[in-house]
Amino acid sequence: MVTSITSLGRSGLSDWLLQRVSACVMTLYVFFILGYLTLNPNLQFAQWQALNSSLPMRMFSLMAILSLAAHSWIGMWCVFTDYVTVRLIGPKATLVRIFFQLGMIAVTLLYTIWAIDILWGI
Amino acid sequence: MLTVSIYRYNPEVDEEPYMQDFEVDTHGKDVMVLDVLEKLKIEDPTLVYRRSCREGVCGSDGMNISGKNGLACITPLSKAVKKNKLIIRPLPGLPVIRDLVIDMSQFYAQYEKIQPYMINNTAAPAIERLQSQEERAKLDGLYECILCACCSTACPSFWWNPDKFIGPSGLLQAYRFLADSRDTATEERLAKLDDPFSVFRCHGIMNCVQVCPKGLNPTRAIGHIRNMLIRSAT
Ligand code: SF4
Ligand code: SF4
Ligand code: FES
Repeated sequence: MVTSITSLGRSGLSDWLLQRVSACVMTLYVFFILGYLTLNPNLQFAQWQALNSSLPMRMFSLMAILSLAAHSWIGMWCVFTDYVTVRLIGPKATLVRIFFQLGMIAVTLLYTIWAIDILWGI
Repeated sequence: MLTVSIYRYNPEVDEEPYMQDFEVDTHGKDVMVLDVLEKLKIEDPTLVYRRSCREGVCGSDGMNISGKNGLACITPLSKAVKKNKLIIRPLPGLPVIRDLVIDMSQFYAQYEKIQPYMINNTAAPAIERLQSQEERAKLDGLYECILCACCSTACPSFWWNPDKFIGPSGLLQAYRFLADSRDTATEERLAKLDDPFSVFRCHGIMNCVQVCPKGLNPTRAIGHIRNMLIRSAT
């Protein structure tokens, strides 16, 4: 058992599952938006706004945003723990990695809150 | 004449590793890479590598042959020589002790972690613990591993985290005991694997499958472990 306190779910399995589920949600979302845009070639602002301010669409967008946040957290965490390590860049790696990881977590949370704010402001 | 380029490094003499070229006359025969090394060793006794069985069962002569990890004793020149050149390096990712000999401690430490022995504290039967043919068949493709480390040292996830990621070889063995009907520690074994590194650092790159000289499939075993974890944790 290797402990890790900066990964999203702490458990490898839950991170793994989240990574898959969030990927599916984002794919669905992208296909839905692309589909909607192709099916409505003469889309006007009012219709677009009506769509995005409806509760189901807001929920769907929120799920997509949370998925993006979780997906990037897990992904970036993997990248940092692969490459920003004592093995690869020397003893200062631990500090640098903690800095990157906390920075990444902060940025992810900020963007998520900001995105929710935008969503509910439509 | 065949050009053989070999990674040389003797930390007591050399400041850094270098590639040394040799010319070898194989008389047009498709011999094994190990035969070429043996021939060279007579010429230059300072050349160091491991080997024992010379028939693909001991797992000691894993090395990087023209860019691909494999056992020198069962890799014929016809599979390894490109443009009349044979390039031999130590297995990548682990510290080099000298020439083609690497320090495998980290590899063995990971193997030790998965408890590679039967755990069963129930009273032993008079003769032996029996298995049905189906139960025994589950161990095929697992027990044949000779711990040559060709797979783990071809795995980028193992290169970056050899102290945390168990690696394809260790995980194949982990599954060998998880799948054994005589072993009773399945849950305890699984509990030790559910962190973000031990198993889940595998990103399915499948380098391990590509190089295993015994034709084993660690990626599939890792998938089975993952499924077992999902089954027990959800
Ligand atoms: S499939 Fe997994 S264990 Fe095999 S080489 Fe790829 S990352 Fe490593
Ligand atoms: S799985 Fe194959 S490549 Fe890996 S250690 Fe075992 S025999 Fe060698
Ligand atoms: S010498 Fe034993 S496997 Fe090659």
